[in-house]
Formats: sequence, structure tokens, C-alpha cells
Amino acid sequence: MFADWPLLSLLVWLPIITGVLVLMVGDRSPQAVRRISLLGSLLVFFLSLPLAFGFDASTASMQFVERLPWIPTFHIDYFLGVDGISMPLILLTTFTTVLVVLAGWEVIQEKVAQYMAAFLIMEGMMVGTFAALDAILFYFFFEGMLIPMYLVIGMWGGPRRVYATLKFFLYTFLGSVFMLVALIYMYFKSGSFSVLDMHALPLNATEQTLIFLAFLIAFAVKIPMWPVHTWLPDAHVEAPTGGSVILAAIMLKIGGYGFMRFSLPITPDASAALDWLIIFMSLVAIVYIGFVALVQSDMKKLVAYSSISHMGFVTLGMFIVFMIMQNPVGEGGASLALEGAMVQMVSHGFISAAMFLAIGVLYDRMHTREISAYGGVVNSMPWFATFVVLFAMANVGLPGTSGFVGEFMVILASFKANFWIALIAALTLIIGAAYTLWMVKRVIFGEVRHAEVARMPDVNAREFLIMASLAFFVILLGVWPDPLAHVMHASIDNLVHHIAQSKL
Amino acid sequence: MTLDALNLMPVLPEILLLALACAILLIDVFLRDGRRDVTYWLSQAALAATFVAVWFGASADQRLSFEGSVINDAMSDVMKLFILLITSMAFALSRDYLKERDIQKGEYYILGLFGVLGMMVMVSAYSLLLVFLGLELMSLAMYAMVVVHRDDIRASEAAMKYFVLGALASGLLLYGMSMLYGVTGSLDLPAIRQAVMGGTASDTALVFAIVFMVAGLVFKVGAAPFHMWLPDVYDGAPTGVTLYMSAAPKIAALALLLRLLGDALGAMLDDWQTLLIVFAVASLFVGNVIAIAQTSFKRMLAYSTVSHVGFILLGVLAGTTAGASAALFYTLAYALMTLGGFGLITYLASKGLEADQLDDLKGLNDRSPWIAFILLVLMFSMAGIPFTLGFWAKLAVLQAVVDIDMVWLAVYAVVMSVIGAFYYLRAVKMAYFDKAIVQGMPTRSWDARLVMNVNGLAIVALGLYPTSLIALCASVFNAL
Repeated sequence: MFADWPLLSLLVWLPIITGVLVLMVGDRSPQAVRRISLLGSLLVFFLSLPLAFGFDASTASMQFVERLPWIPTFHIDYFLGVDGISMPLILLTTFTTVLVVLAGWEVIQEKVAQYMAAFLIMEGMMVGTFAALDAILFYFFFEGMLIPMYLVIGMWGGPRRVYATLKFFLYTFLGSVFMLVALIYMYFKSGSFSVLDMHALPLNATEQTLIFLAFLIAFAVKIPMWPVHTWLPDAHVEAPTGGSVILAAIMLKIGGYGFMRFSLPITPDASAALDWLIIFMSLVAIVYIGFVALVQSDMKKLVAYSSISHMGFVTLGMFIVFMIMQNPVGEGGASLALEGAMVQMVSHGFISAAMFLAIGVLYDRMHTREISAYGGVVNSMPWFATFVVLFAMANVGLPGTSGFVGEFMVILASFKANFWIALIAALTLIIGAAYTLWMVKRVIFGEVRHAEVARMPDVNAREFLIMASLAFFVILLGVWPDPLAHVMHASIDNLVHHIAQSKL
Repeated sequence: MTLDALNLMPVLPEILLLALACAILLIDVFLRDGRRDVTYWLSQAALAATFVAVWFGASADQRLSFEGSVINDAMSDVMKLFILLITSMAFALSRDYLKERDIQKGEYYILGLFGVLGMMVMVSAYSLLLVFLGLELMSLAMYAMVVVHRDDIRASEAAMKYFVLGALASGLLLYGMSMLYGVTGSLDLPAIRQAVMGGTASDTALVFAIVFMVAGLVFKVGAAPFHMWLPDVYDGAPTGVTLYMSAAPKIAALALLLRLLGDALGAMLDDWQTLLIVFAVASLFVGNVIAIAQTSFKRMLAYSTVSHVGFILLGVLAGTTAGASAALFYTLAYALMTLGGFGLITYLASKGLEADQLDDLKGLNDRSPWIAFILLVLMFSMAGIPFTLGFWAKLAVLQAVVDIDMVWLAVYAVVMSVIGAFYYLRAVKMAYFDKAIVQGMPTRSWDARLVMNVNGLAIVALGLYPTSLIALCASVFNAL
């Protein structure tokens, strides 16, 4: 029944319209605002389900395609469509937004309407980013979402929120403008802004290198990679819980998605030539940022650094592909690496959302994120402790949780490329365990050192629901990742096939 | 030349506006001081009547009249319509502001109307004489408008500065024109075009003429390094006047740039292109970097104007039809944005409070979420962030620059726009993240409210669907 619906347009514009509606209701009735927001985000989530059920996993071509001329003078189309790479990320977005609306239910008491509207509008833009197949439409959403995020961090953030949100905005903006020039350049080459046309566009080595670098700046800042990651810890620490969740679970994935949608297929030769650079940066992120995470005293900062480290796996999986393809024994490893990167992105979406929500639960009770302020939380909050230990294990990459699957696939694929790279990447299993479990030990276990901790009430029904649903997906993806891998398989194979062919 | 009715038809809108302005001048003399609203409404009616006259006289063909010294084509029609529309919006936004300061005098509106007449002459001028005539008519009106508040020292200083430097610029332009006349032997642009293309004119003299004319023109639009007067004048003038002179005159100035450089001197593209690149690069730098240091919102917007002029020049210097239409599109977008920006200051000002400092924006979201939203939209539009009109304007200009293989210039422009984003973001920060100093909102008359809302919504609506405006700007030049 959904076959004829402009499903993707609905997923983009319904949240935005709901957001505008919420703004119009305003702060006269916060409770109505919350209900409308929840209803809207739930509706969008349910509307995104047909995307998964109606998805044809046997083909790599775009599905649910909508294409209308938008600005004919510049040959810009309103061109939406999904394949196995973008579809899971859209579902992740619609799911996460529901959680964010729920998470802000009681916590946000000031300017509720603007808070909810910002997240709903952001949801539409994020879905648009994943679904856009026209480069300008992609850029439109990619950059547009900075506006609500800027406001979310700046209005509901912590003490240094202004610094953090300006840094966030300017970093991302600076990164993306180079991409805009690159896109315009390719438009004059191909006569169209369609991403699919750009995939097929032949480019010489110099052009590819420059375009690759332009994309790299844009997506490396967004994902973020070392050494342009410094905005992320600041943004995370200052952002309200909902902002952190969206940042970590979705926005970082847009960087990874950008690499797969733009960098790899448009500039395969430059990607192959410069893969050492990305691999080096990824390994630095995995190891060095891991150590940085170890010494953090602020829980949010620790998880933020852990996110950067985990994103190192994503970029490693994406660019190790070229080394695998050069290696005669690397048969099948390329797909494995890319699928690993994708699974890691989806899994990190759940885990990081869970971690930040858990920190939010603690923060709502104690109003501090300092690790040293806690200790022995398990005594007063047993249910909460159970969830946190589960999510921490997933963050470490314990088999049976979703965190294991992606990391394992990437490490396995890396072995087909180079033993030493794989070995360094595998260090994360130790470092990740160190910083995550040490934090859990200090926060959850041990003696109750502060009287306030002993008085903290356990999770309420709303918090329980949020954490349980995330736990469900973390475990489901850990024990049965096959459906996810199945959905993306054809698209990934197609991508591997595409990048194996030189454009020169 | 015989002056029959047929010959006068092409300039009917101008004649109509002149007649109405004179009539209003007469009526205004007999009005008591408290009745200046009558002048206001009559002026609005005059603008509306002229708008209708232009609208019905519009056609895509090129029509020459008065022995070829007046041209009416798609470009002039579109520009005139927007000049009239934007001036009408400027009048509406500034009325309450002027009234609160007891400077709502008939002169403001009448000089404003004569300024518009000058702009319309500039847009249709096809001979050097008429170009100068239109430019001076517009400039003289604006010099006087700056001192509409006669006892204000800052305004007097601004007017003095404006007049002296403006006269200097006019002199430069006139000097360049005289050289051009001397080399080509004609005042009519088509004849000049022929002479330049034919190669009979001396190249050295032509280059000199170009240098002087370009210098005079960019002086008038306020491109760096000839921008010195602009922040002082925009800041010193009453905001209601700043509003008027920052928006519509830029459209008329663009017409001059396109007609003189793009059309008459099209064959000398290489020479003036290099000049304009220097001005554009300097304007983008100066406008964006110095704006960061401002604590006054009004002055910040003035510097932001300098940077927008840089972007407009980027479109002009491409020398292509795509570049010209991009420049026109950018100018129209800029006119709407700057109207909103300065309009917001007049909107927030009240008796005894200029509201022109960045601090005055503090807590605007608490005072009025809707006006804060309009500020948000305007600031992000000026920064060129998607979902607003400003993004498409920047995109069009960047395309024009990349099209002529000047990717480095496009990269430079976008980097500068990132620097520029900082101070726009700061204005948004004041409105959204800070606590209010003053409470409540001044009451505004319905027409000001209407224009402010339409302006804000138009920037979002055109940000989502700019198709028709872009197509209009493109079609204007495709006819050539």
C-alpha cells in the first residue's frame, strides 16, 4: 500500500511541518507540545518502517525514487532515493528522534516548543541528507541542519555553550564550503548535479585529488577524524542530552555516509592513492584518542572521545579496501571491510545514544558529569546499573553485542590487507575496555562516597523504556546482524565493483 | 526630434513619478506638521502607480527611444519593479522610526521619490549623459536625506563625508566618461561598443577611461578599498535613511556596471575583469574581517554590505550572461536581506533608544520569538546557509565564477563567507542565548509589521523554492 506514496518526501517534510506546528503552538501549553512532538516523531518512525519492509535487497539501484525538477536554470533536481547504504541510516534517524523527544520530556522545562521543534526539523534535514541524490539537495540539508543544532547547543547547553556551539558551527561550515565548490566544479563537467551522474563522471588525477581533498575536509570534520576532531568533545560536553545523542548517533554518521556516497565512488583513484593518509589518521584516532579518553574526568567527554575512536574504525574500514584489493589473497575482504564500517556506524548509533542517555539520567539527578562525584550507583539504581554495564560491554565490543560485529569485521578485513594495521586496530579492544570499564567501575561500582548518590531514585518508566529499547537493538544486532548485512550487501558489492575500476 | 505622445510612452513611468513627486511636494507644503502620514501614503501611492505603469509597459523586447539614449528592456523593467517595491518597503519600515524622532518630514519622502526617479533613469540610461544625470539625481537626493535630522552632529558629519567623497567619485566617473567620449567620439553606449570592438580607439586611453570609470562606480557601491565612507555614512545616518540607501540604489548601480562594462566595454573584458577581481577580493576581506570587530549592529551590517558588494562584483566580473544574472539575483537577494537587517533596527528602536548595538539584540527570543526568528533567518541568509535565499544567491555567484575557470576565486569567496558567518552567528547568539536587557517590544503600525513579516517569510520561501526568481533573473539576460 505504500508503494505509491512519496515516502521519502514524507519522511523529510513531515517532521519539519510538525516542528513548525509545534512552534506555532508555542510555550502556552508545554504538555501539548510534548504530545504533538512525540506523536509526530512516532508517526515518522512508523512511516519509515515500510522503507525497510518494502526494500528490495537484491538490487543495488536506488529505490523509492522521487525526482522532480527543482531549479531548472541550474539543473538542480529534487531527487530522493535510497539504497542499502542509506536506508538503515534513515531508520536509525527516525528511531533516535523518538528517543530524543522522550528523553527531553521532563528535563526540558524552558522553551519546550523551540526545543522539540529544533529536533523535529533536524530530523527532517538528516533524513533528507541520507536520501538526497542531488548534490545540491544533499548540501542543502547537510548544511541546513547546522542551524537547529547551533540553537540546541547554544540555548540549552552548559556553561561554555556559546564557545562550543560557535566552534561546532564554524568547523563544520568551513569543512563543507570546499565541498560546495567541488560540487559546482563537477556540475560544469557533467552538466548535472545528480550524484549518480557524478559517480560516472571521468576525472583526471589532479581533479580527483583536489575534489577528494575537498570532500575529505567536509567529511573528516563531520565524522570527525583526528586532527580536526576537537570541536566534538566541546560540543558534546556542552550540549543537552538530546543534542549529544543526535550528534553522536546521527550527525557523525553523515560524515561516514558522505565518504561512501561521494568520496569513494566519485574519486576512486584519488582515494586509492591517498588511502595511506586516511588509514594513518584512523589509526591515530583509534589508539591516540583512545588514550585521551582514558584520562578524562568528565563522563561525556570520555564518551565523546570514545566516539571519535570508534569512528576511526569506520574510516579504516572504508579506506583499507584499496589495500585489500591490491592483495591477491584479499578475496571478498573489500566488501567485508565496507560492511563492517556500515555495521559499526549503525551499532555506534545505538551504543553512543545509549551512553549519552545514561549520562543524561545521572546528570538529571546529580547535575554533574564528573566521574569522581559518583561511585556505587549500583546500590541505589540497580536497573540503571544493569543497562549501563550492558552498554559499556557493547562499547568495548563484547561478543554478543552490536559493538563486536562491526569491529570484528573491520579487523578481520584489515588482516587481509596488512598484519600490522590490523594489529594496531585490534589494540582498541584493550584500550576501549580500559577506558570504558574503568569509568563503569568508578561510577557504578565501588563504595558510595556521596550521600546524594545513595538517595538517587532508580530509572522511571520513561527512562526504562528508552534504555530497554536501545538494549534490545544492541543485543539483536549483536546476535543476529544478518538482516542488516543482507540489506546493504548488494549496494556494498556494487560500490566495491565501482571503486575497483579506475576513472583515469 | 519631435516630441509626440508615442515617443514619450517609453518614459511614461518616469514622467508619472516626476509629476506625482512634484504634486506631493506641493501638497506637503500645505500640510500641518502632525499630518505627515498623508505625505507618506501619497508617496506610497506614487510608487504603486509607477509600479503599475512599469508593469504594463514591460515587454521582453529591447526598445530604444530618444535617439537611442534611453533603453527599455527586460533588465530595466525587472530592476525598476524591484526598485519601486523595495523602496516602498523601506518607506513602510522607516515611518514609525522617523515619527518617534520627530524627523518624519515631507522631505524624506519627496527626496526619496526623486532618488527613485534617479535610479530609474540610471537603469534605463543608454548614453553617458543620461547615466551621469541619473546617478547625480539619485546621489543628491541621498546626500540630503542623510541630514534629514538637521541637528544631529553625527548625521551632519556623515552627510558631509558622503557628499565630499560622493562628489569625488562622480568626478572620477565623469573624467573617465570624458576620456571614453574623446576616444570613441560618441556618448551613446552602442556606438561606444562599436568603436571599442572595431579597434579604432586607442587602447591606452581606453584603459585609462576604464580605470577612472570603474573607480568611480565602485566608489559609489562602496567596494573596498573605496569603502571608507560607507560604514560612517550608514552608521551616522538615521536608520530609516540607511534602510533606504542600502537597498534599492545597489540595484541601480548594478545596472550601470552591467551596461557600461558588460555591454559598452564588453570587448575590454580582460582589462576591467582584473580590476574588479582586485575590488572583489578586497571587499570580501575587508567586509568580513572588519565586521567581526564591530559592537554596533548597524555598523556590522554596513561592513556586511561591503562584503555583499564583493559577491555582486564576482558575478559582474565573470562577464558572462550567467554572471550577470547571478549578480542581479544576488543584488535582489541582498536588497531584501539588508532591508530586513536595517528594518529590524528601526523595528526594535523606540523613542530614546536607537537599538543599533549588538547588545540591544540580547534576549530578543524572550521578547518576541517571531521577530527573533526573522533575525535568525536574515542572519543565516546573509551568511549563505541553506533554507534561506542567501544560499542560492551565493551558489549562483559561485557558479558564475567557477564557470570562467576561476576556482581559486570561488574558494577564496567561500572561505571569506565562513569568516563572515562568525559575526552573523554572534548576532543570533545575542538574540537566542543571552538574557534580555530591555523587556517588551515597541508597538509598530500595521504596514511596518506587514512588511517585516513578508520580508522574513519571503527569505525562507525563496530559500525553499527560489526557482521563479532565478529563472526570472536568467531570462532577463538570455534575451540579449
